[in-house]
Amino acid sequence: MIQATRVSWRYGSNLVIDGVSVTARPGRVLGLIGPNGSGKTTLLRLLYGALRSGTGQVAVDGDDLSALPAREAARRLAVVVQETGGETALTVAELVLLGRGPHLSTFQRTGQADHEIAAHCLARVDATQLASRAFASLSGGERQRVLIARALAQQATHLLLDEPTNHLDIRYQHEILRLVRDLDTCSVVVLHDLNLAARYCDDLVLLGQGGVAAAGTTHEVLDPYVLEPVYGIGIQRIELDGAIHLLFQPNDRRTAERSAGMSERQRANHQLSAVVPQDGTQRSGVPA
Amino acid sequence: MTATARPESRPDLLGVAAQRRRTGLWLLALTIGLVLTGVAAVGSGAVGIPPTTVARIIGHHLVGLPAEVTWTPPQEAIVWQVRLPRVLLGMLVGAGLAACGVALQAMVRNVLADPYLLGINSGASSGAAAAILFGVGAGFGQYALSTSAFLGALGASLLVFLIARSGGRVTSIRLLLSGVAVGYALYATTSFLIFASGSAEGARSVMFWLLGSLGLARWNALLLVAAVVLGATIGYLTVVGRRLDVLAIGDETAQTLGVSPDRFRLRLLVLVSLSVGVLVSAAGSIGFVGLVVPHLARRIVGAPHVRVVPVAALLGAILLVWADVLARVLLAPQEIPIGIITALLGAPFLLVLIRRLHA
Repeated sequence: MIQATRVSWRYGSNLVIDGVSVTARPGRVLGLIGPNGSGKTTLLRLLYGALRSGTGQVAVDGDDLSALPAREAARRLAVVVQETGGETALTVAELVLLGRGPHLSTFQRTGQADHEIAAHCLARVDATQLASRAFASLSGGERQRVLIARALAQQATHLLLDEPTNHLDIRYQHEILRLVRDLDTCSVVVLHDLNLAARYCDDLVLLGQGGVAAAGTTHEVLDPYVLEPVYGIGIQRIELDGAIHLLFQPNDRRTAERSAGMSERQRANHQLSAVVPQDGTQRSGVPA
Repeated sequence: MTATARPESRPDLLGVAAQRRRTGLWLLALTIGLVLTGVAAVGSGAVGIPPTTVARIIGHHLVGLPAEVTWTPPQEAIVWQVRLPRVLLGMLVGAGLAACGVALQAMVRNVLADPYLLGINSGASSGAAAAILFGVGAGFGQYALSTSAFLGALGASLLVFLIARSGGRVTSIRLLLSGVAVGYALYATTSFLIFASGSAEGARSVMFWLLGSLGLARWNALLLVAAVVLGATIGYLTVVGRRLDVLAIGDETAQTLGVSPDRFRLRLLVLVSLSVGVLVSAAGSIGFVGLVVPHLARRIVGAPHVRVVPVAALLGAILLVWADVLARVLLAPQEIPIGIITALLGAPFLLVLIRRLHA
């Protein structure tokens, strides 16, 4: 469990994160969403200690993160950052084995067990055939999968990912997020794509204007009423087989009038869906 | 973690075992090459001495075998008093420069980093020149030279890093440019100090501090200090190979894999400065070894530092000893500063490297 209490961060005079509190619970996937510049990545970096908030604190399983030694922190938190290390001359296998580092003492070499874990993690992201390739020679999507394999090889109890679906084609976007979802770790994912968030996150924190605009379960947060003012775009929510899908309409002048009409329907839709239990078994209650 | 069902024969997953065997063979081959290089280099020069005689003289001194003296006293003096310390110093300097180059390239994430290009050598030269000419650091006794060279190196590298730092980040291009600028300024300072001191040896000393020479090698404390410091540096860098790997990828990655990048970088910087200080006080400022050799090592054994550091050290030792042989015999009996040889050999390599960057 990661618990951030009233953390803040400013770049120069720009207060990006202002006294934000979030909690990521074990066994669940927490999505951080919000428009560009809302501080999603900054909040994530505060959560894994790359940035140290002057106020508040971040606790990992109850221990203050800033007091944990770096190696111990790396055994608890595995992170996939956007810094790709594209210039490294390491091979894929060597890079993934670095994920075992936090578990090894300084003088210890990687052993058979480490190699098995690394090979297994490469297989999980469907990258076994890349093992002997130079990391720098991979495509963006392949790199992303390899970096996720390295994070998995850390076998940490928490997994934090900064826009892991960047550079991935649609198939791997879903496969990677399904993989994250199937892990029993406590996961935090920064996501741009709200429909991916809808499908793969249990809880969401919506950031806007330096603070949390909304937080709760995915069902609660992905509400057009909540999202529209933050994103400044017309949003319609529909539910198919109990899964949320969002449709977007730009707010230019011509569609503005139409979307005003739409939001009447949305509201109706939304009120209906709010009545229905959220496990999708009661579809009969929703007019098709 | 739970143990997975153990396969009957343990397969070499990810080819790690094969790679380790390969590295082991390379280390063995290079060690043999280093010994042969040593014997050949001690034998060559203005007076040629057959390798068997060289081996016998060294064996006689080290372990008392062979007991019977079959060589002339001048041969013995040349081998034991003059050339052997010189070759050993060459090995230490080559190994140390190569290892420092590896560390710096990982630290600044730039394949063009090298103690010489980053101005660290020049800082050490300035410190050493100040110690010799004006007695700076005389309180350290016979270590005054090494100490003030170390302080000069540390000062120069900190200065370069501070200039290159912007918004908490060190960018590679800034780093290289500030290294070049600080290096030039310190070059000039060193030369100025030497001429201002009115020393009759002025021009010759400038040659030594700026282009290097192994000609001052003796069986003395400095050789011992160099052996200890460089042995420790190479050993440490090998042991922390995995940490160098993650630092070379990026600060954020290093941190998420359990390495505090700032603390580690500072430790490396002090260590590199210490090594360069000792090297420069013993052999002057020799360029290109720290730049070129790490690349050769990576070509041979791949990128992981636990393999690159020892291989680069051995390669650097071999190359520098041969460069010194060239420096001694090319225009014999006149001796060429060794930095001229390393630059002549290294500069074309640098050009190839630049052409390949982001090609």
